Amino acid sequence: MSDFITRLESVFSQTGFMNLVWEQPVMWVVGLAFVYLGIKKNVEPLLLVPIGFTAVLVNLPLAPLMTDELGQVVDLVTGQHSDPGLLWYFYHYGFEKGEIVPCLIFLGLGAMTDFGPLLSNPKTLLLGAAAQVGVYTAMFGALLIGFTPQEAAAIGIIGGADGPTTIYTSMQLAPHLLGATALAAYSYMALVPIVQPPVIRALTTAEERGRVMKQTRKVAKSERIVFPIAVAIVVILLVPPAAPLIGLLMLGNLFRECGVVERLNDAAQNSLMNIVTIFLGLGVGATMDGTKFLQPKVIGIYLLGLFAFVFSTGGGVVFAKFFNLFLKNKINPVIGAAGVSAVPMAARVAHSIGQQANKRNYLLMHAMGPNVAGVIGTIIAAGLFIAMLK
Amino acid sequence: MAEVVAPMVGKVIQLLVGEGDEVEENQEVVMLEAMKMEMPVVAETGGKVTSIKVAEGQSVEADDVLVIIG
Repeated sequence: MSDFITRLESVFSQTGFMNLVWEQPVMWVVGLAFVYLGIKKNVEPLLLVPIGFTAVLVNLPLAPLMTDELGQVVDLVTGQHSDPGLLWYFYHYGFEKGEIVPCLIFLGLGAMTDFGPLLSNPKTLLLGAAAQVGVYTAMFGALLIGFTPQEAAAIGIIGGADGPTTIYTSMQLAPHLLGATALAAYSYMALVPIVQPPVIRALTTAEERGRVMKQTRKVAKSERIVFPIAVAIVVILLVPPAAPLIGLLMLGNLFRECGVVERLNDAAQNSLMNIVTIFLGLGVGATMDGTKFLQPKVIGIYLLGLFAFVFSTGGGVVFAKFFNLFLKNKINPVIGAAGVSAVPMAARVAHSIGQQANKRNYLLMHAMGPNVAGVIGTIIAAGLFIAMLK
Repeated sequence: MAEVVAPMVGKVIQLLVGEGDEVEENQEVVMLEAMKMEMPVVAETGGKVTSIKVAEGQSVEADDVLVIIG
């Protein structure tokens, strides 16, 4: 009889309720807040719903989902170790080992990206580069606040507005910040239509915003095929640590442009992309242990992320205005803001602002040039950081 | 006679006028869609729509003629 009572006590003490720490219910609220944003407010639902929900799951005690630092789940009652849990495997094999998940996302994104507008107006590559200024200023800001160089670099990359690049850089330089940087990046990408317009308006005149740009030349198929091959080779020779990201981005783009691998193109854009996005949600959510996530520095990361976006937007616009001093066919400086590579959201924002200033102004395709160039710019910045700081 | 052309590549999702309609300058005549954005195309001059050159659902390139105004 007393044996039965002992067993009953032991089962009771192994329930989650008896083992809660305060950080965990807080994370339930945080995780559910992201799920709410995804479902009710349509903020990046494909990412926030799985990340948010998984964040709740990993903050339920003693659930065999993740591990402690030793890579094992410790039974609080018996002190015994058991094997790592389900989510740990997604995190370990999707992110820790070779960064398969962010790189496969880039394979899909490359297949979905049309580099035509960039090819027909190569000057816009410089606009994409200029809009990376927010990355560097945020990095210095983070250093000033007291983050380590590696952490500051991972935070700075948020300003590049690229989910996979942010995740990749965090995993390489500051894996403990993965949850915070990934969420900040995706949150601000969704907020681009709110964050960018005031910055753009403050830096331009109505006349500049209304400037109509000439239609750009048609791009030949051969150019579209050579581009991903050439870019991959050149970038990897210059910045080898960027190879996994740029390599898969360009392979995906080659799938799209060569026209003879439509099955692979379709899989990369659709089924593969969807599956890997699920794995991304599971892996990132799995890192959001409340005892690690709920620190004052997370607020700092969110603020620096906003700072990075604002500076990148401003940097792109200001550079476009400067560039115009040397150009006969002047650029509409609004498209500089699209160098913040939230594709295609930032290009759409540029287009709307152009339309508001002048109904005859169709900036969308012009803005796609800097928009996709910014993706490459952020990858190069990430590669440089990793090369210098790892 | 004036041609209203597509300002960029996209898909015609809605024809906002019919043949024979009177239109004013800057009136929206065709709704294009690209990258999930709806973009109205406006008439540069006023007049009567003599011919509609595209159908709803049709994909167009930049500078394709959409509507002719006489």
